[in-house]
Amino acid sequence: MRFLSRRALHGLVLLFGVSLLTFVLAELAPGDYLSRLRLDPTVSDETIELMNERLGLDRSAAARYFYWLRSVARLELGYSYQSGEPVAGRVGAAARNTLWLSGVATLLAWAVALPLGLWLAERRGRTEVALASGATSLLLAVPDVLLALALLLLAVRTGWFPTGGMVSLGFAELGWSARLLDLIHHAALPVTALVLTIVPTLVRHVQAAFGDVLDSAFLRAVRGAGIPRRRRLLRYALPAAANPLISLFGLSIASLLSAALLIEVVMSWPGIGPLMIAAVHSQDIYVVLAVVLASTVLLLFGNLTADLALYALDPRIRREGE
Amino acid sequence: MTSRSARLAAYCLLALHAVAALPGFFAPYGYAVQDRDFPYAPPTRLHFFDARGTLHLVPFIYGLRPDEGGSYAEDTSERYPLRFFARGDSYRLLGLIPSSRHLVTVDAPGRLFLMGSDALGRDLFSRLVYGGTVSLYAGLFGAALALALGGLIGALAGFYGGRLDSVLMRTSEVFMALPWLYLLIAARAIQPLDTPPARALLIVILILGGFGWPRPARLIRGVAASIGRREHVLAARGFGASDLYLLRRHVLPRTGSVIWTQGALLVPQFVLAEVGLSFLGVGVSPSIPSWGNMLGDLQHFHVLTSDWWWLGFPGLALVFVTLAYHLLARGATVTSG
Repeated sequence: MRFLSRRALHGLVLLFGVSLLTFVLAELAPGDYLSRLRLDPTVSDETIELMNERLGLDRSAAARYFYWLRSVARLELGYSYQSGEPVAGRVGAAARNTLWLSGVATLLAWAVALPLGLWLAERRGRTEVALASGATSLLLAVPDVLLALALLLLAVRTGWFPTGGMVSLGFAELGWSARLLDLIHHAALPVTALVLTIVPTLVRHVQAAFGDVLDSAFLRAVRGAGIPRRRRLLRYALPAAANPLISLFGLSIASLLSAALLIEVVMSWPGIGPLMIAAVHSQDIYVVLAVVLASTVLLLFGNLTADLALYALDPRIRREGE
Repeated sequence: MTSRSARLAAYCLLALHAVAALPGFFAPYGYAVQDRDFPYAPPTRLHFFDARGTLHLVPFIYGLRPDEGGSYAEDTSERYPLRFFARGDSYRLLGLIPSSRHLVTVDAPGRLFLMGSDALGRDLFSRLVYGGTVSLYAGLFGAALALALGGLIGALAGFYGGRLDSVLMRTSEVFMALPWLYLLIAARAIQPLDTPPARALLIVILILGGFGWPRPARLIRGVAASIGRREHVLAARGFGASDLYLLRRHVLPRTGSVIWTQGALLVPQFVLAEVGLSFLGVGVSPSIPSWGNMLGDLQHFHVLTSDWWWLGFPGLALVFVTLAYHLLARGATVTSG
């Protein structure tokens, strides 16, 4: 419990720091939301003045940051300059979509990488392993953008998959099973792209972690005791190899989110990536701020999950905490 | 085996960086030169035999004429032999020496599109070379900056230990826990999107270096901490060596292998980061080519539905560079481990 509360406090401090950093960066930017409007000859100076006042752009930066913090306390996360609505709703919906995409991709990637890595670790030195290492090297060298573009090309050329979005038109009228199918149909390519970007690293680490464990003296003893292979791997090798893998899960979330951003933009997945890009282009500061915060929250959430899993599974860590 | 492939990778990268350092000479045309008559021209074919079957030792190309299908056919009435070291568009070598010599080009009405042309009839090969200057060197300088920062911070933290160490390492943990691409984009928004490309590039490099230092810093800290406690270092200190001398003479030389390996890992990561930013339209603006904003062209639906496969060359170059750096990194780990 103490462990958990300390982590949560840590996270809050980090969030505050990130929000301040992003706000300062945005403040340093020359011009603001209205600067493009000022160039428009059809918009009168009075309108600009009025908007300036209404959006609060005439106040000092510190005052705006303070107002923003108050709005965070009301769970609104500030107001969008463009729509005039609280940011929280839009960013929340987008963050849910991003979480959905990256969550499913993570699960699938681990489901592929664990057995594959274990299988490769058992067969060290054979041709399959060399082949697999060549394949992972190649996949690692293909940038996420390119993977996403290739899959998009596939979708456009074959027409087997939708080329963007998360649901079809008329989604609301469908029954629940048809809805699920529609969602899977739309998610197939973005999820595939994301899985392909993270699987090579995972396979390599799983292979290395199991390789170390399978070599260890205690597992040779287990083998010597005549315990069958299946039980040997699942009951003895897996828990011993779990620690570095769970740490890897925590560490890989940052790159997962970055890959998700690019893939979302290419595949027009309505997540926080496209929202962020649009907001940066229109200098809608509070949306940018909220998206950066949302991505930090997703990251902290993933790290916390990893810490808890480590705490639950590795007795060595538990002892340290006591 | 590994060392040989690493050496090969190193030579390839050296050659690529040399080409990217002198884009004006290696590119047949300037990066902004347009030929509106030939949008989306396919890669020009090099011929050795003309229509009558006569062999020409210097390869030549034919001119193009648009055919009715929206593509192009070769106009075999006139031959344009390749010219080496000939004069063409003027440029500045290394940004200083004015010149107009090009490694290979053809005479005026002929157009040499080694890798085809884009929507505005600009030569993709020339843009790829110029784009390499932006993408490769953004990655290289970004990594150099990150390594310099990381080396300094890591060496200080490991060497002095104590409170300085814990403050620096906590900071690096915070930096590593950040969703870096999101912050990169937010940080890039400091500048309006239409800033001059050179300035935008400088900012991208600064941002990459500013966010990339923690990982090398942590590794170098480990090396510095273990060396700082060795007997020969303690002995040197006993003889009255200053901290600066110890850092320079004993600590920094030992961090060499870590720095090399980290460099080989960071550079491709940063090249990809620049490509990602420019692809998203928040990096280097499209008036100057970078592999990122060139790949951005591929997003358009009309490109995806047509057969303009040559627009994918920047992607191929990217895969090649990343692969070479990975081989180099593996070679560096093996030799240092």
